[in-house]
Parts: sequence; C-alpha cells; structure tokens
Amino acid sequence: MEAQNDWKKLGLRVGLEIHQQLKTSKKLFCNCPVTLVEGGMEDVFERSLRPTRSELGEVDIAAYFEWQKGRIYEYHAPREASCLVEADEEPPHMLNREAVEIALGIGMAMNSNPVDEIHVMRKIVIDGSNTTGFQRTALVALGGEINVNGKKIGIQTICVEEDAARKGEDRDRVSSYILDRLGIPLIEISTAPDIQSPEEVSEVASWIGTLLRLTGKVRRGIGTIRQDLNISIAGGEKVEIKGVQELDLLPKAVALEAMRQKRLLELREELRRRGIDKEDIIFTPVDVTNILKSSKSKVVEKNLSKPGGKALAILLKKFKGMLGYELQPNRRFGTELADYARFYGDVKGLFHGDELPGYGITEDEVRKVYDALGGDPEKDNFILIVDEEEKALKSLKAVVERIRAAFDGVPRETRAVLPDGTSKFMRPQPGAARMYPETDIPPIPVTKEILEKAKALKPPTPEEKRKYYEEHLGLSSNLAEQLVGSEQQETFERLYERLHGSVDATTIASLLLVHMISIKREGFSIEKIGEEKLFRVLELFSEGKIAKEAIPELIKLLAQRPEADPLELAQKAGLLTMSEEEVRAIVKRIIRENERIIKERGERAKSLLMGAAMKELRGKAQGSLVSRLIDEELSNYLKKQV
Amino acid sequence: MAENRKADLLSPGNFVRIFTKSGMVLEGLILQRYEIFDPDYITLKLDNGYNIGIRIENISRIEELHGAERRHTVEFVPESFQAEVKKGKRIHILATGGTIASKIDYLTGGVTPILKTEELLEVIPELRSIADFSSEVLMSIFSENMNPARWENISKRVYELLREEPDRSILITHGTDTLGYTAAALSFSIGSPSSPIVLLGSQRSSDRPSSDSAFNLIAASLYAKEGPCEVAVVMHGESGDSYALAHRGTRVRKMHSSRRDAFQSISSIPIAKIEPRSGKITFLRDDVRKCDSVDKGKMNEEPKLKFSDKIFLLKFFPGMPGDVIDFLVEKGFKGIVIEGTGLGHVSENVIESIRNAVERGTIVTMTTQCLFGSVNLNVYSTGRLLQKAGVIGLGNMLPETAYVKLSWALGNFGEEEARNIMLRNIAGEYEERELMSFYPRWYHGEV
Ligand SMILES: [Zn+2]
Repeated sequence: MEAQNDWKKLGLRVGLEIHQQLKTSKKLFCNCPVTLVEGGMEDVFERSLRPTRSELGEVDIAAYFEWQKGRIYEYHAPREASCLVEADEEPPHMLNREAVEIALGIGMAMNSNPVDEIHVMRKIVIDGSNTTGFQRTALVALGGEINVNGKKIGIQTICVEEDAARKGEDRDRVSSYILDRLGIPLIEISTAPDIQSPEEVSEVASWIGTLLRLTGKVRRGIGTIRQDLNISIAGGEKVEIKGVQELDLLPKAVALEAMRQKRLLELREELRRRGIDKEDIIFTPVDVTNILKSSKSKVVEKNLSKPGGKALAILLKKFKGMLGYELQPNRRFGTELADYARFYGDVKGLFHGDELPGYGITEDEVRKVYDALGGDPEKDNFILIVDEEEKALKSLKAVVERIRAAFDGVPRETRAVLPDGTSKFMRPQPGAARMYPETDIPPIPVTKEILEKAKALKPPTPEEKRKYYEEHLGLSSNLAEQLVGSEQQETFERLYERLHGSVDATTIASLLLVHMISIKREGFSIEKIGEEKLFRVLELFSEGKIAKEAIPELIKLLAQRPEADPLELAQKAGLLTMSEEEVRAIVKRIIRENERIIKERGERAKSLLMGAAMKELRGKAQGSLVSRLIDEELSNYLKKQV
Repeated sequence: MAENRKADLLSPGNFVRIFTKSGMVLEGLILQRYEIFDPDYITLKLDNGYNIGIRIENISRIEELHGAERRHTVEFVPESFQAEVKKGKRIHILATGGTIASKIDYLTGGVTPILKTEELLEVIPELRSIADFSSEVLMSIFSENMNPARWENISKRVYELLREEPDRSILITHGTDTLGYTAAALSFSIGSPSSPIVLLGSQRSSDRPSSDSAFNLIAASLYAKEGPCEVAVVMHGESGDSYALAHRGTRVRKMHSSRRDAFQSISSIPIAKIEPRSGKITFLRDDVRKCDSVDKGKMNEEPKLKFSDKIFLLKFFPGMPGDVIDFLVEKGFKGIVIEGTGLGHVSENVIESIRNAVERGTIVTMTTQCLFGSVNLNVYSTGRLLQKAGVIGLGNMLPETAYVKLSWALGNFGEEEARNIMLRNIAGEYEERELMSFYPRWYHGEV
C-alpha cells in the first residue's frame, strides 16, 4: 500500500457513515423489546411493494426493477420481538425519547448542534427489508467536529433511524426477512470527507466506535454496527460503498476503491491514446444466434433454449484487451459491465472478446462472431449476451451506456462491499430527494428537558476517559489506554462499581486485559466464564479468601468448569488462603529447617526463608502476610539465640 | 432584523440561508406547515433531503437564496406500458373519497391524488389486462363525513350508470371508516343491480410503497368481471398479499382500526376468495344473485333511492338513562336501532321510555352489541317486556346494517310498511343459518 503522502497526492477523500444500534429498552416506533430471537412462535406473511411516483413521474430505479421482477417478500414475525407496527399493520407510535436523548448526548460529545424540532422522514428503500417500503429516519443534530490523534474531522449530521429487517433465506422470486431487527433504533453519524488515507479511516472509525461504547448505551456484538463509505480521488467521483461490518475491512475497502478510481482514469487515458471517441460507441446489436445455436457451451445452450432466447452481440472497435483490464484484484472492466447488465437487464452475465474462446465457446465460433460483426479479432472486441431477447437488449443498452461513461472517468455509483474489500455495482446513486415526511408522526420539539437528559448521557471522549482512568483510578497509562479501547471496558466499569473500591482498579483491569489474555493464550477457553463469576472471584479476593496470586489459577479452573461456584473450586484446589495461625506454623517450621543458615547469616537469611515459604504458600497466603510473619518469627528466633 | 422582513423571508417556497443564535448556518427550502403544528417553528427542507424545525426565536439572520430548482429524485421515469388494452368487460370507477393512487412531491412532501383513468392505468398497469376502465370523481370526502344524503347521491349515480350501460360493473372507492355502512346502503337502494357493484378502500395510504390500494383495486376488478349481481366489499383477506375476500354488503364490518384485513364477514361467510397473483376466484356461497339469471330490465322499475336522516343508532350501556330515548323522540327521530346487551336487553328503567316512543309512532328495533349471534326476546323476562313494549327484534342483523336499513325503509316507505320490511330478508342482511364455524377462533396463547 502507498505511503501517507501518496494518498495525499492521489487526492483521496473519505467520508465515513457509522450506523450503530442503540441499547434502548424499546424499539424506535413501538413497544417491542430490542432483541433478536431464535426459534419461538412466529407469524408468516407475504407482501409485495410498489414504487411510489414523484410529481414528475419518477420512481426509484432500484425499487422499480424489484417491482418489475415481481419480487415477493416473505416476512417472519417473531411474536417475542415484533408487533403490528413492524408488520406495517398499525401506524408508528411516537418517536422513542430515549433513543433521541442518547443520540443527542453523543452529538454533544462531538460538538454537534441539536435541531430545534425533529421531523421524522421516510426514505424509500424497496428491497423488502422494510415492510413499509421506506426507512424512517430523523435528523437530530447538525455540524460538529472531533479530534482524532491530533487531526480535526468534521461531523456533518447525526440521525436517529430504524434498523431494517434481518435477511432470511431467498428462494427464486421470494426474499425472506425476519422482523425482530426491524425498528431497532440506530444512530447514524456522518463525517465530512476529511479523511485522507486508509489508516485514518480505521483511526476515525475506532475513535467513534469507542466514543459510542463509552455511552454504555449501544448494543454490542456482530451486526450491531455497520459502516458506509464515501470515497473519491482527484478527478474521480464520490462513490458510496455500503455495508462494511468489520473494522478491519475499512482501510482495505478504501484503498481498493481509490485504486479502482485511479485505474478507471487510466482506462480513460488509454481510450484517448487509442483514438476512440465516446460517439464511436453505439448501440447496434447484431443477432448471432445462428452462429451459436449448436454451441457446446452449457450457458449458451441453456439460455438459447429459453422461449425467445437469442444471442446478441455488439462490436467495440479498437477495444482489444480493454475489457480484461483489471480495476481491482480479480475484477476487470468486463466484470463491471456484467454487473450493469445484471442490474438493468436481469440477465445472469455476459461474455466478452477478451475472455473468449472459453466457457465452452470455441475459437471458430469467436471468429464467426467477429465476422458477423465486421470486426478485426486482432484489434476489436465484442460483448455477447445470450438470454431472452428483451432482457438481452436491455442489458446491452446498459452496457453501452456504462462503456460511454468510461470516457468521463468514474461514474457516481452506490456499490456493495465484498468480503475481500473489493466492491460491486449496486445501483446508481439515489438523489437526496427520495425522502418525504412521515405524516403519521408529528414533529418533536427538542425541549430543555430533553437536552438536559441528553447532557447526562453525553459520553466522555476516549482521551477524557483515559485521563480519568489514570488520574482517578490510578491505572498506568498503558493499562488506561488499553482499557479505553477494549471490548472489556464496560465489564470493567461494572465490576469496579459493584466492588465499591474493595478491589483496586489495577487488579481488575489487569485481570481483564492481561491475565485473561495470557490464560487464553495457554489454550483455555475463557469465553464461557460469565461476568458474574469474575465478580465472585474478585469478591473472594477482596474478602481475603484467596490471594491475588491465586486469581489466575482459579480462572483456569473456571474455564474448565464455567458453571461451578468459584469458592468451591478454590476450596477443592486448595487455593483458599490460610489463616494467620496456619501460616505462622509453616513459617516456624521453615525457620527450624533452616537453623544452620540462619546461624550463619542472621537477618540476611530472610530472603532465603521468604523464597522457601512462598514456594509452599503461593496462592494460599498473601506475600505481605508471609513477609511480616517471617520478620516476626525470625527476630523471635534470633532473640532466643542470644 | 425587522420582524416583518423576517416573516416575509420565512414564507413557504423560499430558498434561504438561516443563521441561528445557537450557531448553525442552514440552507434550504421553507415548507408549508400543518395548521396543527406549533406556529413558533418553521420547517426547513435541507439539501440532503431531511426536514428540520427551527424555532423562529432562534433565528438571528436570514438571507434569500436564488436558483431554487426542483431536484429530480432519481432521474428515472419508466417507459409507459405498451400493453394491449383489452376491450373486454367494462368497469367504471366511481371515486367518493380516499385515494387509490397518488404522486408525491418529494420537495414539499405534498401528496396529489391520481384521478384520471389514464394516469391510474399508468401506475397500476396490471389493470390494463383485466378490463376496459373508465372513471369519475363523484365526491371527495373523508369517510367519516359520509351521511344518508350522500348515500342518496351515490345511489342515484350508480342507478344512472347501470341504466346507461347495464353490463358495466361499478367499482366504488371509499374511505374505509364508513365503507361498510355505504355498502349496506347500496345493498338496499340498488336492490336488483344489473352488474356487480364493488366497494373498496385502502388501510395503508397510497403514498407509500406498501399501500394495499393497488392490491385491493386489482382484486376488486377481477371480482367485478365475474362476481354476482349484488353489492360487495373487496379488501385484503389476510395481512399478506395472498388473497382478497369479497364480502356481502350487508354482512361486512370493519373489525380492526388499522389492519389490511380489517373487513370481515360477521356471522357469515364471504362471497368469494380472490387470488390476484394467479387471477383465481373461488366462490364460497350459492345463495348469490348470479348475473346470468338476472333480468336486466328490472333496473327500470321505480327506484327506491332515498334515506331518512331521522334514525338513531343507540348503544345501551349499564346506567343509561331512559331520558335519552325521550329526547330522541322529542327531536323527531322516527326510528331507533338499539344495540342491546346479550340477546337484546336494556335496563328495566329504560323500558317505559321505549313504550312511550313506540306509542308515538317511533320504530324501535333491537340488535345485539355482541355482534356475533342473534337477538332473542323470548328467553328472558326483559326480552318479553321489550316485545310487549313494541320493540322489533332483528335477529342476527348487524347493528350498523340495521341502522342503514331502517333509514332506507323510512326514507322510501310508510311506517307500517317499514316495520314489515325490517323483518324481511331483502339483501342477505339476515344470515338464515349460523354455523359453528362462523365464530372466529381467537388467540389463546398457544405455543
Ligand atoms: Zn413492535
């Protein structure tokens, strides 16, 4: 990957959109609990959605295609976590105040300005993931700025919105969804395009992620946070990349999109160099069905046997090699064209001259296609689509449009991220105006009372929290920094609070961040040890029943038997601390056993005695106690000798 | 900033830049606010599509911006459907209120109903392959503002339309709240229609992708082609889009405030089940007025299209004073439909007032507020006393249907004949046999 400077030279600019589920007691527009369910009773129903039209007759293009394909949505409504509102059988209730207050509190930590009155909007989304056909969303704060490792990143908007339904299994024309996730409150934070390198994206995302966690009011775990990216390079276009779930994938997705845009600009240069004009690319499909009708290619055979199945091709003059041009690892310009063909014409894919002969299409057939198109196999190229005529024509038209766009550089698109960080065309970017008011919910004034509650929920910034851990809880700067960025931070807070200072912060933090990790490295599965058990272990320590040194030992035992009572485990393993009398007896015995050395060395024999005692008492008595008793008994012994 | 200048700049339709005292600089379009909204705020549509409210007091400065443009939503206008128009069955759509289809002004959030037939076929192209449509707007009212005078208007127009073209089916779009009442009204006033008359509405407004209006319209159109020559209501049969039901106009009732399948046949079975995806229609009862056995000439008879507005539908409740009935008689009400308890009872304290009402020529009838099951005035002594006082028990006729029927009876006939008419089964308002299966199975917490 390129160095920081190279990204600047490339003019990389990235805006980040973070969507995080909030931990409210109820959903955003009804009283259902915020929880995902497995199994249990559910109701199932099927619906269709129909795109709405604007005054000018426009419809959302993706919505329109979904409807045209006759998509049917099958909804599974778990009774535990959905009601008539999620089923779109009842108007939404009032906007959840708690969600608004949490979002405004987070906004305050980012110096964002709350709006005076909140208006809930409908954002058209017709992929079935919302039973209504739109997502309800409301802007609650505007502007603001955060400081990430010395760099200022602008905040554009903070919104509260409802999460979509969970995707179930698809079959044929039916897409299925589970309604438990629908309506869970989300906060959406959009940064300005101030981010200038893939590394910075990670830093900003993790900073915001930490801030969100520090509220203690966000849901944790897989699928509770999702990032979208807006990426452009100089001379490129603002492209939206949707649905990045893992933090690790962010820098990769950014770098690969920057690369894609750079390659598209290079592709444009190559087109110019070859002297090709946008106007040379014309939609003149030629029917080559006859050439391919006895083809051995399985795909060709299958698609030609469809009713009205045809093989249509268009010639691309002087395009030899251009369709195999790699834009991202394993994604060529031809791959992009195929995505367009799929979206606009609902075909399975396309063939192009740079990958043929292949897929069962022979050299002879390729030559005949070139002949039919009047092209030169050495210089020219072609696109071939085999499908129902109407679909093939629509797809070819879209492909021609996409090739023409290559003369302008990078098209404005919404793309979906793939597991390896590359992305594929999803749809053209929707206009900002596919939003209209949710008339079922009156505007909500942001009152003083709401602002006060929000203020109480305002999280500290990660820097403030670290400082607090160092200065007030006495953690080392290393431990404090680790803790702030850690998944265990909330557990730490809860344990610390429940122990009322009877166990010092460093012991708790070390247990969570140091011991647990090294125990895990030794091969113990610590995941099953619940927070309650950790609390019991620390409590045993605070009560003096076990020594600090015994804690890791006890955790290992718990890892093997996570259901067991820690006290019983400690007892069985002999990890309980001995009483002072028991310890004293052992110390006396050790002194007796070492009389010869004591006589030689006098008081200097202490370290040796300590070593011998601890060997026996480690984990059964506090070191400080052993030390004191050795002091006492040694001086007694020496006095007697005098 | 001068207050009047500020107010001027803040008028709806202006593109402005607003500086707030809280430190925001906002650009956008000022939108019209609903009257019920707090007047101390303005609504601003921002560039990103969101609306926000700004407290007028929080505004320190406003600048007018120019170059306000209507932004396109997604720059995609689908091609018109070129589907062949089938010159088959003719269907006329009569709009009375509620909207089947609409367009959204994404800029202002305004919703415009689609009224022209061509535009309607544009947005619901499936209709083209069902029938040959025409349409008109008869009235445009909220369903709760429906009344007997308007039933008369609708009845007259439907009668005219059927006289003009007896084979043309009629679809009536209607707000859902009182749709059942209007269905009953037409069932009596157009007693022997020459074509199916189908009422429909929508429980989810047409400005949303999940609206049920297109589904209901398609289902109603399919039914109107093949259904019997009587009045029916066609709406969702269940929450999903699998099937619609056609209900008899006198037995249908809105049973839920918001669900798609709110309309159900009570103590009865629907006329037909319609599956729009496959176009399949299953007829569920035999006692229907089949169109091929209908004498189209009968429509020429003297129509009975009037409705009296001197009828009262009275729900009895524990503690209800008898004065209420005295008051109604004084006010000139000619008919009272009581929704009694159980088998058709009211408190003994009310009986005296009822007797007086009947003596003064008021028709007093009894239905049950249980909705399911019949009135029976023979079982308990209160019932027998009510009969003696002159109350007419209406069996299992639904209270709302009884109200409409009495309004029609007294609108077109004298008192004596009206009494007789109330007891006769004219349009399926009495369900002759109540089967065990007519009573719904409620949810009992089964897991
Ligand atoms: Zn709910």
